[in-house]
Amino acid sequence: MNLKTFKHGIHPLYCKELTARKEIERAPIPKTVTVPLQQHLGTPCQPLVKKGDVVEEGQKIGDVVTFVTAPVHSPISGKVKDIERYPYPVGGKVLSVVIESNEEVKEWPENNTGLDMDLITPQSIRDAVREAGIVGMGGAAFPTHVKLSPPKDKKIDTVIMNGCECEPFLTSDHSLMLEFPEKVLWGMKVIMKAVNAQKGDRGIEENKLDAINIIQEVVRDISPEIEVVPLETKYPQGAEKMLIKATLNRDVPMGKLPLDVGVVVNNVGTAAAIYDALKFKKPLIERIVTVSGNGLTEPKNLILRIGTSFKEAIENCGGMIEGGERVVINGGPMMGVAQTDLDVPVIKATSGITVLTGDEIKPKIYHPCIKCAGCVEACPVNLMPYRLGDLARLSRVDEFKRWGGLSCVECGCCSFVCPARRPLVQWIRVGKVKLREEDKPGSA
Amino acid sequence: MDKSREGKVKGRRQTGECMKEKEKVPVSANKTDESIVERFVVSSSPHLLKDINIPKIMHTVVIALAPAMVVSIYFFGISALILILTCIISSIATEAFFQRLRKRPITVYDGSAIITGILLALTLPPSFPVLGAVLGSVFAIAIGKQFFGGLGYNIFNPALLGRAFLQATYPVLITTWSKSLAGSGIDVVAAATPLALMKFDGEMTPYLDMFFGNISGSLGETSVLAIIVGGLYLRYKGYINWRLPLGYLGAIFFFGAIFWLFNPSKYPAPLFHLLAGGAMLGAWFMVTDMVTSPVTPLGQWIFVIGAGILVVIIRLFGGLPEGVMYSILLMNSIVPLLDKWTRPRIFGEVR
Repeated sequence: MNLKTFKHGIHPLYCKELTARKEIERAPIPKTVTVPLQQHLGTPCQPLVKKGDVVEEGQKIGDVVTFVTAPVHSPISGKVKDIERYPYPVGGKVLSVVIESNEEVKEWPENNTGLDMDLITPQSIRDAVREAGIVGMGGAAFPTHVKLSPPKDKKIDTVIMNGCECEPFLTSDHSLMLEFPEKVLWGMKVIMKAVNAQKGDRGIEENKLDAINIIQEVVRDISPEIEVVPLETKYPQGAEKMLIKATLNRDVPMGKLPLDVGVVVNNVGTAAAIYDALKFKKPLIERIVTVSGNGLTEPKNLILRIGTSFKEAIENCGGMIEGGERVVINGGPMMGVAQTDLDVPVIKATSGITVLTGDEIKPKIYHPCIKCAGCVEACPVNLMPYRLGDLARLSRVDEFKRWGGLSCVECGCCSFVCPARRPLVQWIRVGKVKLREEDKPGSA
Repeated sequence: MDKSREGKVKGRRQTGECMKEKEKVPVSANKTDESIVERFVVSSSPHLLKDINIPKIMHTVVIALAPAMVVSIYFFGISALILILTCIISSIATEAFFQRLRKRPITVYDGSAIITGILLALTLPPSFPVLGAVLGSVFAIAIGKQFFGGLGYNIFNPALLGRAFLQATYPVLITTWSKSLAGSGIDVVAAATPLALMKFDGEMTPYLDMFFGNISGSLGETSVLAIIVGGLYLRYKGYINWRLPLGYLGAIFFFGAIFWLFNPSKYPAPLFHLLAGGAMLGAWFMVTDMVTSPVTPLGQWIFVIGAGILVVIIRLFGGLPEGVMYSILLMNSIVPLLDKWTRPRIFGEVR
């Protein structure tokens, strides 16, 4: 099979077999949830409830009047116990609403007209998506209604659904496509309607052959205008710009957005959330999370309420194996954030929780660069990571900028292949921060 | 799994602690169970790394050099073995001495000093004095590598620099060749290399002898077959880029062919260029040295093609019969510039 892909990139050990063919399980309703009021890129929400209020499942508990934001809803029915700053899985603390469950479960009745393609309009879709608090569920958590509102002068011709899931261990998108292919496709049709696109492409890596087959079948039934594009299994295929290159062979210019080349990319999870929002008027209060890694007794694909603690998610998978050092990651091992505290909540963009132990944990010592060119060959954006890393460490920010440091997507390919174990991505991140500090007016 | 863990721990201990990362201290320790104490390791992503490290690469190169060493011992006997061992031991000793002097971790077990020793030995004639070999190794490691800052910081290929030093100090001995005498019972018979025969006497050596190594020359330069076997093994392991050896040999071939087509009676055939002298050893083990070759694809092309052209020019018009050493050393010197000039186009960049 001649599979499409992008240049460079790496082939990590995917370890997806831990959860790949496991059915999605619904986790029990948690006793308490901690719901951060900012789970997206953009303006944080203001709380709409106060301590002691009784809230219903799906009730809006946080919102703010700006464009780039997404409201937050209560994932369970119960009582507001606390509104305070709590640890957040992407780092730092965020104002969060703590809700104690009263164990009531709400039914979500079907809304028959929700998916009537003749009745809905791009604006009504955008409103519904915003009201449901939907954000990009692949990891970046960019508010989806913003993505669905392209400027008038930008014509969108293609909508791409991202089903690559190139992060090792994670299988949440894969199992979603296997079990709910219609949700994904209807969600996609809605997105196409919202941005007025004629063509739809879906990129799926060829290690998910079963998903490709199922989606292809459903496509034949529902919407033949959608094309399924099998892609070579490679990391970071799921990065937006890499995916556009792989499926359409279009280069998104530096500093530009996909919509500048007429493309809107959405994660399959986002599409399924849009389907739920229109069909059931159900806001984004739960998601599929792959809880996996060699540090877990029984890895699973779970449907978890937003705000469930990592600790509870891990207990739902039989807990961690005993003793020793471990790394608990929000997301997958390539781009995820390591946690210090298991009380952090699952948020809208938590596609997985990965627990690594033993020899999977990376060594702590690094060595001099031997200029093996491995990082240069691996970098999907054609940078020279070994040099950027050194420039960043030496605070030579002007050169760092000239060598394209700001184009780094932090995918981790360079650190992954480095035989000297140099933490290149980490240095480049620091370099970006240094550069921004220097660029601030008045600080030079 | 257990085995790889062992390897990692061992590798870490062997290579010593160069620099410690301050970000990676365990941040919290909390109890979930009475008996289990968890330690969370926190670091910046990625959290999963490829199973590869510097000692692994270096030791693979040593293995890849084994066929050439074995063949040289077969053809040149015990003197070849002594030279190889001398170079390895003095290289390791020099590395350890200078690392101690520089108050740096002793990393002689990472295999890079062994490679330098072997490569230097393979470029020496079998009758070369042992003391000279020691001097060459000391120069290669001390001046060629440690003075620049150790592994990864050297500009020139240390082994070739050692060889260049010996060329200057022992100009006669280093060009005194002995014919390989496997099985004949005679010790050493002075003979000229195919390149010298071609250059000074206009005499050609049969290709098949050159391919298997039944000719006079430096230890590791005689058997093309043994070097190709090692080189292909390295390629199979993925530790060398095909661009470098093929570009180098291709450039020698095509540039040599130009002269040959121009005047076949005066200039040797392109195949002769490939089989003679150190072209093969250079192509598979010298230009492919990671530290001293460019990292960008375009830079690598310029590097090897430039070096290939230099080989032919030195062989045909220089004062020396062989040009591989200087061709690579000369091109080594512009590698930092090549890396700077040939930055790849960043994805989505408009130039």
